[in-house]
Amino acid sequence: MVSGAPPLDGVRVIDLTHYIAGPYCTKLLADYGADVIKIERPDGGDPARHLPPFWHDEPHLEGSGLFLHLNTNKKSLTLNLKTAPGRAVLLDLVRDANILVESFSPRVMPQLGLDYKVLEATNPHLVMVSLSNFGQTGPYRDYKMSEITLYAMGGTMQSTGEQDKEPVKLGLTVEQFFCGAMAASGVMGAFLGCALQGIGQHLDLSMYELMVGNQDRAFTALTTYQLTGDLLQRAGNAGATSFSPIYPVADGFVQFFALQRVWNRVCLMMDLPELVDDPRFANPAAPEAKETMNLILTNWLADRHKQEVMEQAQAVGLFCGALNTIEDVFKDPHLFARGFLADIDHPRTGTLKYPGAPFILSDSPWRAGRAPLLGEHTNEILREYLGYSEAKVALLRQQGTI
Amino acid sequence: MPLPLEGIRVIDITVVWAGPFASCILGDLGAEVIRVESIQRWDTLSRAPLSLEAVRAHRGELDPATKPWDLSRDWGTMGRNKKSMTVDLTRPEGREAFYRLVAKSDVFIENNSADVVRRLGISYDILSKHNPRLIMMSMPAFGNTGPYRHYRGYGANMEAVMGHALLRGYADRDPTHNSVVLFSDAVSGATGAFAVQAALYHRLRTGKGQFIDLAQAEAVAGTYSQAYMDYAMNRRVQHTIANRDPNRAPQGVYRCRGGDNWIAVSCGDDEEFRSLCDVMERPELKEDERFANLSRRYRNQDDLDSEISSWTADLDMFEAFHALQTAGVPSGPVQSAADVLDDPHLRERGVWQEVTTERTGKRLHLKPVLGKMSKTPLAIRSAPPTLGHDNAYIYKDVLGYSEEEYRWFIENDHAGETFIFDRDP
Repeated sequence: MVSGAPPLDGVRVIDLTHYIAGPYCTKLLADYGADVIKIERPDGGDPARHLPPFWHDEPHLEGSGLFLHLNTNKKSLTLNLKTAPGRAVLLDLVRDANILVESFSPRVMPQLGLDYKVLEATNPHLVMVSLSNFGQTGPYRDYKMSEITLYAMGGTMQSTGEQDKEPVKLGLTVEQFFCGAMAASGVMGAFLGCALQGIGQHLDLSMYELMVGNQDRAFTALTTYQLTGDLLQRAGNAGATSFSPIYPVADGFVQFFALQRVWNRVCLMMDLPELVDDPRFANPAAPEAKETMNLILTNWLADRHKQEVMEQAQAVGLFCGALNTIEDVFKDPHLFARGFLADIDHPRTGTLKYPGAPFILSDSPWRAGRAPLLGEHTNEILREYLGYSEAKVALLRQQGTI
Repeated sequence: MPLPLEGIRVIDITVVWAGPFASCILGDLGAEVIRVESIQRWDTLSRAPLSLEAVRAHRGELDPATKPWDLSRDWGTMGRNKKSMTVDLTRPEGREAFYRLVAKSDVFIENNSADVVRRLGISYDILSKHNPRLIMMSMPAFGNTGPYRHYRGYGANMEAVMGHALLRGYADRDPTHNSVVLFSDAVSGATGAFAVQAALYHRLRTGKGQFIDLAQAEAVAGTYSQAYMDYAMNRRVQHTIANRDPNRAPQGVYRCRGGDNWIAVSCGDDEEFRSLCDVMERPELKEDERFANLSRRYRNQDDLDSEISSWTADLDMFEAFHALQTAGVPSGPVQSAADVLDDPHLRERGVWQEVTTERTGKRLHLKPVLGKMSKTPLAIRSAPPTLGHDNAYIYKDVLGYSEEEYRWFIENDHAGETFIFDRDP
């Protein structure tokens, strides 16, 4: 059982990110113990609060499932950074912070008078991380981006899909989450640079570059192209000859990996050991052999369920996964046994199951806390963290700063 | 100025993709990453050679003198900022050398099944006796506990189990057509590098090492947020909608001039849509009832798609990209590796570094993408080394073996620069 404090206990983070990538980065920090102060605009807060899915499909500031998931364990402070008193509050927070992460377009922080030079003068040990579409410099600096354009430009979409069709993106907004996970690694790197070597500094992260340096084909394609001149093909998944074929079963689909090489195990899975030494499969790469194998396997799979196929395949050491719906995922016995889906309570939605810890530390826990209501911690932060008087807080409220 | 992780030593025995990506990030940040392999077993994926023929020949009569594992797409990319050591962990002397290395290291990363590590005598309970400050990260497909703990799978298999396979791909073709993607490897690698660093910070405060159980399936599941939360909140089961997005319409890729060229376009609000109409010189579309707001545009997107496609058909994809972006419309060309290497923005940002190795000659390598640090910019400090390149340094300088002892390790097939081919991979 995990004991002790979370690994990032006591690390204070000022979070000026919004939408998806930046908040996923600071979510990782917050879920592992960092004290993340999420700064939101007083009128409407993080735009992700306005994105579906909504609880009971009712649009509401506190009901976006995306927002609720991305902002667990954070504290919300509403602050208008376009005013001088608002900026003064931010600089007061910077004084005692370890990390500031921001995801504005590159013009915003300098325009607000909050570029790294100003923040460094306030706190030389601060690590400031800017996560933007294309980085803080360069000709595309002010260009816009969305999930599909990010995937398109990074070099991976070109090989996703089938040759006779258009390139196709991955599901949902997963690449922005990938960028968030990369950013979390970058934030920790820069922060350890401060903790281990005493260096505060500014890190300029470009989502476009994170995609180009992506382990999913993009990065290695750069190497292959330069060494051989070959570019990736949009090859789909060519049935039985595929690297990782997907087969229909009675209640859906299952995905294997490189079956011809392990035909003996396929025979064991089907409980047909006599086929292992069948002369028809002496040369498993021959087209007739492949075709026969495929026919036998397809027939065997047709009246079996995906979960049972996965279990039987894995029992003989075959790589296999069932193509689960989200409903299947929520009922999966393995995830249940590991307690992966976490119960998190929230005033608007009650207790719901969220995706849980992305990794488990033996000696320091992950936290299953909820996302904040808009401005929920404004008083607490100003009064307790910054020691502002009640009168000062009242004045800020009156001015519309908070 | 020292790099962020300078002074941290990482042992890496990971295979395939996710693990090598995690250790690659740590190496980029300044850690000394030692990749440990045995010359008795060629991991043909993380050291995939450039040609599949070479892998096939591996089971036949491949000439080891050509050392195809050193001319590798994956190692040639992920091997930067790493050192290469070989030792056979199945024999006691090799294990002893490994324990010595553990005693002198901070982090150990592996992604084999729990049984492998136990059989080799390198599980956390044993290694932590050699080094109580050790941080060990184990990153198997489904984690170290639970009914699937022995399950094997590459990224595509575990992503299927976690739901992604049915959330991506064409809406009008069944999922047997899904391309094989390595998305979960990328996310698990990035998350793993974060996990190790969180544990390093914990150790800095408490002096304690610990064990990290990173199930790749669980590390990637958080990226499917909207689908999980929709089910949790509304019991709705989402399915793929291909290139569309109900919050953004129109959104898609549109064919441009000259073959397999496409531009991605994505309008998040009315203003971006109106700008798109202006760029296409089709102002009447702004007044069209079918496209009056986001939900109508989403519902009537087929109509809109054909309007956009007829506009892009004669355009160069970069020409369309700059015209749209100048007008404030989110867009991006579907780029190949060749396009990325030509990109003027990346060139101006100085992201490329020339790297030379004996086998590959001179080529451009992307600098560490986490590397634009104002005081300690990251670079490629060393090119991907050949197999066993750093054996002498590690056996003698790090582990303290004498010249004579080192020679024993060479003569007994621990330290070497060539895989031995008489075993099945």
